[in-house]
Amino acid sequence: MSATVAAQAAVSALQLVAVCIGGPLLYGMMAKVRARAEGRAGAPVRQPLLDLRKLIGKECVHAEHSSVVLPLAPLVLTASAAAAVMISPLISTRPAFGRTADVFVVVFLLLLGSVAVALAGLDAGTAFGGMGASRAMTIGALAEPALLVAVLALSLQAGTSNLPGIVAATLARPELVASPGRVLALAALVVVVVAETGRIPVDNPTTHLELTMIHEAMVLEYAGPELALVTLGGQMRLGLLLSLVANLFFPWGIAGAGGAAAGAHLLLGLVVLAAKTAAIAVVIAVLEVSMAKLRLFRVPEILSAAFVLAVLAVVTGLAVP
Amino acid sequence: MSVVLFLVGLGLGAAGAVAGLVLPGQVRALAAAVLTSSGCGLAFAAAAKVLISGIPATARSAAILPLTGVVISLDRFGAVFVATAAVVGVAASCYSAGYLARGHRSRATSALLPLFVTSLLLVPAAAGVATFMAAWELMALSSLLLLLTGHRRAEARAAAQWYAAMTHAGAAAILLALVILSAHAGGQSFAAIRAHAGALPLAVRSVAFVLALAGFASKAGAVPLHVWLPRAHPEAPGPVSALMSGAMVNLGIYGIVRVGAGLLGGGVLWWWLTVAGLGVISALFGGIHAAASSDLKRLLAYSTVDNMGLVLTGVGASGALKVSGHITLAALAMTAALFQLVSHAAFKGCLFLGAASVQRAAGTRDLDCLGGLVRRLPATAAAFGVSAAAICALPPFSGFASEWLLLQGLLRGFAAHGAAIEAVLLAGVAALAMTGGLTAAAFVKAAGIGFLGQPRTPDAAAAAEVGPAMVAGTALLAVPCVVLGAAPGVVLPALGKAAAGVLGPAPAGALRAGIGAEAASATDVIQPALLAALLLALLIGIWAALRVWARARGRAQAGAGRRLAEAWGCGGEPQTSRMEYTATSFAEPLQRVFDDVLRPSHDLEVSHLAESRYFEDAITYHSRVDDAIERGGYRPVIGLVSRWGQVARHAQNGSLHRYLGYGLAALVVVLVVLA
Repeated sequence: MSATVAAQAAVSALQLVAVCIGGPLLYGMMAKVRARAEGRAGAPVRQPLLDLRKLIGKECVHAEHSSVVLPLAPLVLTASAAAAVMISPLISTRPAFGRTADVFVVVFLLLLGSVAVALAGLDAGTAFGGMGASRAMTIGALAEPALLVAVLALSLQAGTSNLPGIVAATLARPELVASPGRVLALAALVVVVVAETGRIPVDNPTTHLELTMIHEAMVLEYAGPELALVTLGGQMRLGLLLSLVANLFFPWGIAGAGGAAAGAHLLLGLVVLAAKTAAIAVVIAVLEVSMAKLRLFRVPEILSAAFVLAVLAVVTGLAVP
Repeated sequence: MSVVLFLVGLGLGAAGAVAGLVLPGQVRALAAAVLTSSGCGLAFAAAAKVLISGIPATARSAAILPLTGVVISLDRFGAVFVATAAVVGVAASCYSAGYLARGHRSRATSALLPLFVTSLLLVPAAAGVATFMAAWELMALSSLLLLLTGHRRAEARAAAQWYAAMTHAGAAAILLALVILSAHAGGQSFAAIRAHAGALPLAVRSVAFVLALAGFASKAGAVPLHVWLPRAHPEAPGPVSALMSGAMVNLGIYGIVRVGAGLLGGGVLWWWLTVAGLGVISALFGGIHAAASSDLKRLLAYSTVDNMGLVLTGVGASGALKVSGHITLAALAMTAALFQLVSHAAFKGCLFLGAASVQRAAGTRDLDCLGGLVRRLPATAAAFGVSAAAICALPPFSGFASEWLLLQGLLRGFAAHGAAIEAVLLAGVAALAMTGGLTAAAFVKAAGIGFLGQPRTPDAAAAAEVGPAMVAGTALLAVPCVVLGAAPGVVLPALGKAAAGVLGPAPAGALRAGIGAEAASATDVIQPALLAALLLALLIGIWAALRVWARARGRAQAGAGRRLAEAWGCGGEPQTSRMEYTATSFAEPLQRVFDDVLRPSHDLEVSHLAESRYFEDAITYHSRVDDAIERGGYRPVIGLVSRWGQVARHAQNGSLHRYLGYGLAALVVVLVVLA
C-alpha cells in the first residue's frame, strides 16, 4: 500500500517538474514556430526559462495603493496550476489523489487562478489593470460554459467525470476517439484552450500596446520573482491544457499501472506526452500566424460557437452512443 | 426531548421580540440579540437531533389557534431548513447588536427582527395548513414591517409596495392550493392531506401544484416572479437582507418540495420539468443581471435569483428522476440541491452582512463610489473575500463542493434515458456553466472594485472598520464557507437522509442503502479535504521556496522589505482614482454581450452654446439597466390597474347623496335578483 502511495507521489512530482519545465519550453517553441513562419530567426526555444531565471533574481516592486492581493495572486495562480498538474493523468494514469482528478475539479482549479489574477489586476487601481480584468472575466465567463459542456460530453461518453477514468475508457474503446461527439467536443475544447491561454485570435501574448492587452494588462504591476511566478503559472496552464487535450483525445502512450518496468513506462509516457503536446503546440502556432487577432467584441461569437459545438457534442453523444 | 428544545428556542425568540419592544434604548439591541441567538442555538440543536435520529419532533396545542389548533412536526427535511435558518439567525442577531446600537429608531427593528427569525424557524416545522399559513404570514408581515423601517426613503417605500403585493399574491395562491387539498382530504393536517392525495384526480392535484408553485416560486425569487427581490433586498436593513436571502427564500424551495414531493407524493413529469425550467431561466437571468449590476446589494439580490435557480434546477431534476422511477438518482440530485441551498445560505448571508457593513462604513452601496476598503475594513474584507470565493465555486470553499455535487447530480441523471429529462439535465448543466462564469465576473467586480484599488470618493476614503459585533456576525458565516468546502462530509449524510425522507413513501431499506452509497461515493470520489491541503501546502511551499531563493542570492528583503513605486500609467500623469476602472466600466463588455436580455437604456443629452451650435456646452450621459421583465410584464399591468382606478374614482366624488343613491341601487338590484 505504502509503495503504491510512494509511486503515485513520484508520478505527481514528476508531472509537476515536467510541466514546470515543459510549459515554458512549449511557450518558447510556439514563439519559435511563429518567428520562423514570419521569416525571423527568433529567440531560442529555452528563452522563456532563461527569462524566468532572470526575473527571479530581480527585486520585487509593488504599486502604491496595492494590498495583500498583489503578492498573494501569483502564489494562488501557481499553486492552483500545480495542484491541477499533480492530480491530472498526464504522464501516467495513476497520479496521487487520482480519485480527486475530476474534470470539473480541474476546471474550477483553473478558475481559481483566473480569479486571483483578475483581482490582482484591480488591486493597484489603475485603468489598464481594470481593463484587463474586465476583459479577461468577460472572456472567461463565455469560455467557461463551452468548457464545462465539452467536458460533460466526454464524461457522458465515458460514464464518469474522473479524468483517469475517461482516459481508461478511451484506451479500452479506441473507436470512441472517432465518434462524432468526441470530435465536436475536441473542436470546442481547442477554441476554449486558445481563449483560456490567451493566444491569438483572442489575445496576443506578445503585444506591447496596453489598449489591446488582456492578460498582460492585468499583470503590468508585477516585477521580479512575482512576475516570474505569474509567467510560470500561465505557462504551466498552457502545458496542462495541451497535455489534457492530448490525453483525452489521443491517450496512447500514457503509462498505466506500475509493475516491474514502471520506471521505463514513466519515461516512455514522458517522451510521448512531450511529443504530443509539441505537435499540438506547433499546430496552434501555425494557426496563430495565419490569422489576425479578433476585435474584442467578435470574441463572444467564436466562444458561443464553441458552446454550440459542445452542446452538439452532448446531443450527438446521447443520440449515437 | 428535541421538541422541548425547539419550543424553548421559539419561546426565546419571542422573548427577544418582547425585549426589543420594551427595554430602554441602551440595552434593547443587545438583549434582543442575546435572546434570539440563544433561541436559534436551541432550535439548531433540536434540528440537529432530528437530523441525526430521524425521529420527528412533534407538538400540538389546541389553545393557540382557534378551531384548528397548532400542529408542529419537525421531520428531517424541515430540520435542514430550521438548522440553516438558525445559523443565519445567530449571525444576523449578533450583527444586529452592533448594527442597531447606534440607530436612533431601533425599537421597531429590535422588536421585529427576533419575530422574523422565529417565524423562519417555525415555517418548516408547521404540520397543518392553519399553522403553516399563520407562520408564513408572520414571516411575510414581520419582514414587510422591517422593510418599512426605512419608510423615510422613497425607494424603501416602493420596495415595500412591491414586496407586499408579491408576497401576498403568493400567499393567496398557496392558501388556495392548500385549501383545495385539505377540502378533498377532509382535514387540515399535512398527514391527512398526504394520506388522501393519492385518491385525488390528477387535474385537481395539478391545479393545486401549479398554485403552490406560483406562490412558493415567488418567495424563492424564481423568474418571472422575482421582481420584488432586487428591490426589497437592497432596501432592507442589513441583517434583514441577510435573513431574507439566506433563510427566507429557502422556504420557497421548501414549500415546492413539501407540497409537490411530500404532500402530493411526486405527481407527474411535467410538474418537475416546469420547476427545472423555471430554475434554468432564473439562474441565467439572475446571473446576467448580477454581472451587470453596479449596486452591491442589488448585485447580491440578483445572485440570489441565480442561486435559487440552480437549487430549483436540482429540485426539478430530482422530481423528474423520481417520477421516472430512478429513486437513487433522484435522491442524489435532491441532496445536491439541498447542499447548494445550505451553502448558499452561508455565503450569501455573509455577503449581505458584509455589504451592510460597507454601507454603514462608507455611506453608500454603489460600487462606483467605493474602493480601497481592504485597508480600511480588513476584517470585513476578509470575510467578504472568503464568501465571494465560495460563491464563485473556487476550491476549496463551500460553493465549489456544492456546485460539484450538483453537476454530479445532473450528470448521473443522464442514466435515466428520456428525451425530456435529458433535455432538462443538459439545460441545467449549461445554466450551471454559464452562471459559473458570470458569477465569477460579478464577484471579481464586487470584491475587486469595492475593496481593492484606490477609494473613489472621500466617503470611501474615510471609512473605518465597523464594530466587533458586526464583524463577528459576518465572520461567523464565513466559517461554514470554509468548513463545508473542505469537509462536506460533515453535512452530506444528513442532507442525503433528509432528501430520502421527503422523496416519499420509500421502500425504506433499499432506498436508504442506495442513497448512502451514492452520497458516500459522491463525497469520496473527490476528496475536498485533500485538495484543500494540497493547495495550502503548494501555496506555502512556493512562498517558502521564493524566500529561500531570495535569501540565498543575498536579496533578503529586511522586514516588510517591499519597494513601493508608482503604478504604471502609460508613462503619463500619476494615476488618480478618477482614472480607475469603475464597476460600470468593468461590466460594460458583458452588458454589451447580453444586450438582448438586459436591454439597457442610454440617454445622451448634448446642450450647445448659445453662440454657436458647433460647440457643446455640456454633455450628460445616463445609462441604466432596468429589469426587462418588470418593464415588459409588470408595468403594463400596473398601468392598467391604475387607469381602472382613475376611472373608478369618477364614481366617488364625496357626495353623500350619491353614496346613498348607490346603496339604494344596490338594494334594488339585490331585491330584483332575489325575487
